[in-house]
Amino acid sequence: MSDLLYSEIENDLRSGVREVLGDKAPWTDVLAGTEKDEPYDAALWDAVAARLGCAGLPVPEELGGAGATWRETAVVMEELGRAVAPVPFLTSSVLATAALLAAGERELLAELASGNRVAVLAVPFGTAPGAAAPTVRAEDGRLTGEVRSVADGAAADVLLVPAGGGLYAVDAADAARTPVTSLDMTRRLSDIAFAGAPAWPIAEGDGPVGAALTAGAAMLASEQLGLAEQCLATTVEYLKTRYQFGRPVGSYQGLKHRLADLWTSITQARAVARHAASCLAANDPDLPVAVAVAQAHCSAVAVRAAEECVQMHGGIGFTWEHPAHLYLKRAKSASIALGTPDRHRAALAAIVDLPPPDPA
Amino acid sequence: MTTAPPDADELRRRVGEFLAAHDPAATGRTEFLHARFDAGLAWVHYPEGLGGLGAPRALQREVDALFAEAGAPSNHPERNAIGLGMAAPTILAFGTAEQKERFLRPLWCGEEIWCQLFSEPGAGSDLAALGTRAVPDGDGWTVNGQKVWTSMAHEARWAILVTRTDPAVPKHRGMTYFVCDMTAPGVEVRPLRQITGEAEFNEVFLTDVRIPDEHRLGGVGDGWRVATTTLMNERVAIGGAAAPRESGMIGVVAGLWRDRPEVRSPGHHDTLMRLWVESEAARLTGERLRQQLTAGEPGPEGSAAKLAFAKLNQEISGLELELLGDDGLRYDDWTMRRPSEVDFTRRSPGYRYLRAKGNSIEGGTSEILRNIVAERVLGLPGEIRVDKDVPWKDLPK
Repeated sequence: MSDLLYSEIENDLRSGVREVLGDKAPWTDVLAGTEKDEPYDAALWDAVAARLGCAGLPVPEELGGAGATWRETAVVMEELGRAVAPVPFLTSSVLATAALLAAGERELLAELASGNRVAVLAVPFGTAPGAAAPTVRAEDGRLTGEVRSVADGAAADVLLVPAGGGLYAVDAADAARTPVTSLDMTRRLSDIAFAGAPAWPIAEGDGPVGAALTAGAAMLASEQLGLAEQCLATTVEYLKTRYQFGRPVGSYQGLKHRLADLWTSITQARAVARHAASCLAANDPDLPVAVAVAQAHCSAVAVRAAEECVQMHGGIGFTWEHPAHLYLKRAKSASIALGTPDRHRAALAAIVDLPPPDPA
Repeated sequence: MTTAPPDADELRRRVGEFLAAHDPAATGRTEFLHARFDAGLAWVHYPEGLGGLGAPRALQREVDALFAEAGAPSNHPERNAIGLGMAAPTILAFGTAEQKERFLRPLWCGEEIWCQLFSEPGAGSDLAALGTRAVPDGDGWTVNGQKVWTSMAHEARWAILVTRTDPAVPKHRGMTYFVCDMTAPGVEVRPLRQITGEAEFNEVFLTDVRIPDEHRLGGVGDGWRVATTTLMNERVAIGGAAAPRESGMIGVVAGLWRDRPEVRSPGHHDTLMRLWVESEAARLTGERLRQQLTAGEPGPEGSAAKLAFAKLNQEISGLELELLGDDGLRYDDWTMRRPSEVDFTRRSPGYRYLRAKGNSIEGGTSEILRNIVAERVLGLPGEIRVDKDVPWKDLPK
């Protein structure tokens, strides 16, 4: 059974990341950023990815990384989720990095690990592990076609594109990227078109894409955990200070019991997210089950936490000037990203031999 | 002379020495258990002379394993859960030297079974409202009242009992804690039949029961503090093996789904998969809790585990009945059995559905647990307590 606790090193890493985020990504800045043209916070990214060295955590030292594992990466994801930080960590440091690791690529991987370049897997953000369906054609080393709803597409220096039965890399400048007004403006989407874009092959087959989506789904669970914890914490604090009918609102059982249930679900989210991260780190055979369980559970918990956060804040929680909506938009988008809970339950049903009824 | 408590190596050595001197195959059961207790190898974290050696509690698991490996007789802890888990730590904390000497050895050895006389018809979640009266009478006390939900009362030799001794003060202050002889005149045990048809529990009627003052645990009026110690000691399982996937109720329903394709429908499939995920999440949460305890970092996650367990058991057993359709309309047996342990898997789906209803009531209702989580874990304001400063006798009943 995997280790579901946090090590001392992981706790130290968490403190470091949290300090940087507290300094450079207060929610007021995150909110202001959603109305700017810049697709992500470049200064924050530099601090987290390059200077703290988080971008290369799961990459071995001989390949230019920090030589840690996906478990430590998951801790970074928790903190980024807690801050709804607008940086391309999930897309570049998890998905693209996992694809390159699986492909055995070294050059671009080292650049991603250093935090100097950003690469993004060009698939619709809602793609579940095992569901990638390439829409781009490869001919004579050139790519043609379109991919909609690519997360952090505008942040990318390099696009990793599934095409022609393999995986290609394209210089982002050679693709037409159209910004999408996204539900979650802290992790924006782009529609990307390739018109004979020059490409270099990274890998044959769909193995690296599958590995990337699985790693992404596993790590996203930790982001959802951090987000849910933050929503619960801010809601609890608010309910202690908000008075109505002469009592703190948090003294009403109608709210207390819902928050107790939410806390219960979050303790479970912590266990399943840790299990998924450990399985990914150890390449455990239980990984497909662990990832499906983590996504089915954590997606729902994060959305519930954010929805309760809005509701229990009452009117103020419905305003633009309060951070609750940043969390709600991130949580709902993340629940669709990399497969909805329903998709993950369907995948799970196949793995654990609980098939749906035969069609009549 | 002060010596350091024994470590794991020292304990292993002592167990080896003990087993060499007391061959399990050649020693009578009672004799063996008495000797084990006297050697301090019963509950190693207890003090010397009371069955322990003052060793770390975490080492108990290995000691038990060594004895089990050697084929040593068991004290059957499952038959005396209240005694071992609740009465013993309370006696240890509040008992006099004579009480510890008298009660702990036969308790641990399984010679004397214990039960708990706490809940009353009028005092469930609000245990401190209890009204069983103990009145001073010569060199002892006379007790009158009714207790309920007492498992093992029909087999118990002793009970831990909380009574009201001063009705004129607010409820938490006027209670006194006793050890009650279940064979004393005036103790009447009646089976309490439950919605499953069987009777795991009892009602206990106390009519002019005499209790000597030397069976009082803690001071007069100090009963709530003593009872709180008992309740905090509701057995915490340290160690133990991780539960395998699909253990418990979800495994039963998953098996049904696999074995009988005709029960499958799309809506039920969705429900099944949701519950499967929740069960796996609960299992991993239990495993994480186990790891926390082993690492010496106990957290409040135990309350979460009980809340989740109750909800899951109820939903899964409800799904099982629906999946079965016509077969779900049948029940195995309504006769009043007297089971000594609850086994969800050995009885029928209807039994499972009904018995699971108790999971959100017994050992603290889910509603009270949510209050506890909200107040003690999240730090939200407490419930308004209208009875806080009211003498017990003036409370509406």
